[in-house]
Amino acid sequence: MPQIRAVSFVLLFSLFLSACGGGNSETRVEAGNREGVLHFGNHSEPQGLDPHIVTGVPENHIILSLFEGLVSKNPYTLEVEPGVAESWEISEDGRVYTFHLRNNAKWSNGDPVTAEDFRWSWQRALSPILGSEYSYMYYGIVNAEAYNKGDMPDFSQVGVKVLDTLTLEVTLISPVPYFLQLTDHHSMYPIHRSSVESFGAADDRIAPWAREGSIVTNGAFVVTEWQVNSHVRVEKNPLYWDADKVKLNAIVFYPTENLVTEERMFRDGQLHRTEEIPLEKIATYRQEQPEVVAIAPWIGSYFYMINTTRHPLDDVRVRKALAMSIDRELVSETVIQGVHLPSTSLVPPGTLGYEPPKVFSYDPEQARALLAEAGYPNGEGFPGFELLYNTHEDHRKIAVALQQMWLENLNINVNLVNQEWKVYLDSHNNMNYDMSRRGWIGDFVDPYTFLNMYISEGGNNNTGFANARYDEIVLKEAPAELDRDKRYKLYREAETILLENMPILPVFTYQFKHLIQTSVKGMPTNIMDHYNYKYVSLEPQG
Amino acid sequence: MWRFITFRILQSIPVILTVITVTFFLVRAAPGGPFDSEKAVNAQVKAALEARYQLDLPMHEQYLSYLSDLFAGDMGPSFYYPGRSVNDLIFQGLPITAELGLYALIFALLVGTLAGVFAALKPNTIQDYIPMSLAMIGICMPSFLLGPLLVLIFGIWLDIMPISGWGDTPGDKVLPSITLGAMYAAYIARLSRSGMLEIMNQDYIRTARAKGLPEHTVVIRHALRGGLLPVISYLGPAFAALLSGSFVVETVFQIPGLGRFYIQAAFNRDYTMILGTTVFLSTLIVVFNLLSDVLAAWLNPRLRYQFRQ
Repeated sequence: MPQIRAVSFVLLFSLFLSACGGGNSETRVEAGNREGVLHFGNHSEPQGLDPHIVTGVPENHIILSLFEGLVSKNPYTLEVEPGVAESWEISEDGRVYTFHLRNNAKWSNGDPVTAEDFRWSWQRALSPILGSEYSYMYYGIVNAEAYNKGDMPDFSQVGVKVLDTLTLEVTLISPVPYFLQLTDHHSMYPIHRSSVESFGAADDRIAPWAREGSIVTNGAFVVTEWQVNSHVRVEKNPLYWDADKVKLNAIVFYPTENLVTEERMFRDGQLHRTEEIPLEKIATYRQEQPEVVAIAPWIGSYFYMINTTRHPLDDVRVRKALAMSIDRELVSETVIQGVHLPSTSLVPPGTLGYEPPKVFSYDPEQARALLAEAGYPNGEGFPGFELLYNTHEDHRKIAVALQQMWLENLNINVNLVNQEWKVYLDSHNNMNYDMSRRGWIGDFVDPYTFLNMYISEGGNNNTGFANARYDEIVLKEAPAELDRDKRYKLYREAETILLENMPILPVFTYQFKHLIQTSVKGMPTNIMDHYNYKYVSLEPQG
Repeated sequence: MWRFITFRILQSIPVILTVITVTFFLVRAAPGGPFDSEKAVNAQVKAALEARYQLDLPMHEQYLSYLSDLFAGDMGPSFYYPGRSVNDLIFQGLPITAELGLYALIFALLVGTLAGVFAALKPNTIQDYIPMSLAMIGICMPSFLLGPLLVLIFGIWLDIMPISGWGDTPGDKVLPSITLGAMYAAYIARLSRSGMLEIMNQDYIRTARAKGLPEHTVVIRHALRGGLLPVISYLGPAFAALLSGSFVVETVFQIPGLGRFYIQAAFNRDYTMILGTTVFLSTLIVVFNLLSDVLAAWLNPRLRYQFRQ
């Protein structure tokens, strides 16, 4: 026993000795600024790097550095810029896109990127066996849906054609105005056929091709290290066609799951950018270091969905009374430090020029009148209902504020219920709830990405709302309309129908909240919270 | 001795089988599945996903196929991390968790036994009260408080320790090891104190003193061996628990160990990962319990004798 103790003592002592190196030396951020290495707090461990399979934001952040689609986006304006395609033509009726690929686009192993790479990759993404959760991004293309659902086994019937090595033609069902944007979504990125197939069937989602050492990419960076739960390191790809424009030498993505730890890492000079700011730290940062705070509107809505098949919420007057008796400004200011913006619509305002209709506003007087009309004067006889949210402190705070406002303004009581994430999703799917918190982040910048949720047969509807005119506009009339103003007018009509029926109760427009070191340039805020690493550089002032 | 060991091994097989079976059916009974997400996927995609992971087969077939793979040493593909197998993920995290666990255990043993023995030498005096009160605080203080507290003091105010990471900067292993070890140190202190107290009143200690041996020889040569027996039997389960990782310590300090998988798997309904980590942990517990029993039997012949009867 004494020997063991002696040994352990020496061990521990050496551990402590080695600690003396810590502190005061150059921080990781300072070293990164010098070497052109961006240290990126990325929230969680990526599920994978297969662009056709992953669905999350952290994965998207990494994949954006690795792959490039036909087009890419300018981070300042979100307008499309040439990517692998150096130019394209759109037919008169807006249905046929002809992409001309640049002849110097290369894979990271030196192979050229061809039109066939796109055709094959898209076929793979649409394969019924692969089970790509984002396959609906392709559904604007002729027969893509039928192929994906296994109804049409012949891919040559799908509207994707290789005209020659560098020319790709895509035929759409209707003139999808945001189609170019979609080609910059990771679900439509090309992947490298022969390297994928060397790991097994291309449509097997668990074939391990997308790993460090084996993944072949065509973007500005390549994966050099990937240690699970520690970091993913990507380094500049010298074969990238636009490599001259890339200023960073490397990016390291950290799965900073604990946002308090993440904030500490930022403060300690270990991160250039964080995924989040803890709510309780926002006021301090705004006061002491406002230059590192990046809080800006995001294309997302925070709202409550209502089960319109259950009493007493089956009465639209009750739903409206509830919506009109929430003082959103007050909740935003007092409960969540003003991080989310008050909203009275499903589609966030300013979605590429779309302004949602304003159907109601905060009006407790009229809310009481509506409730009385529904048979509950001054809240008497109101049976109450359950307000569901997924277990999270911020959601609880907001729900408590709503509960309080309904008690004060309408004199009614509601119960708060929280459920763990998957249980909560299960409750939605089975419509086993009265009213429930819901968040939705748009896939692309167009009202369609929100309004499509509430079509009658929509898998995300789960409210019991069904309106024939609404379906008609969202599915048929608006997609066929070429003129943007006319299309937005149609969407406004649809959203008005939605809000008049109120299967959802809008509360906030999301804002994202990051901390970004002042040395980081070229990472502007935009409503997609989109990054284009080509533009990013590190310039410590001095 | 061999009979004792064989018997214990045979005993552990049904234990592990029960763990597998209960976990297998329990995770599938939990509401919400691995492919439920905020954005509903269409029915065809969901069917393709379920088919890929054999979730479309009848339950008993899934169970049997899982068992046969498991006995072949394959814990299956992770549902949440496509392209990675559960074996892969566990064995990536294990060395790091084991290293962290080892340092924590060394810290716990060192601090715990010293404090416990020290306290036992002068029971019910200030020399006893101070270390024991500290131990009580150690047991009560959760690591999600202790970790950030240590970081605040040593990492931010004094700025002498790195605040996160594992093997990235020199010294970044110190604070997590202490955080994780603190609770175990506290337990060990209490165990060794009570063990030592009991032994110090034994006749053979009185005999040793009567022989005129100096006090430190009495304590170190004669009392420790018996007095630390409770600590030895605690070490097995403690080390098994340390090896399964600590979600809290790993997330607070950004350590790529096993503990994060253990918790995340449950949230993600990553069925194979939940099973893999649970089976792995329960096997560890069984094995380390066995080892500590054997060690205790070796140190205390009476136990072996009891078994022989």
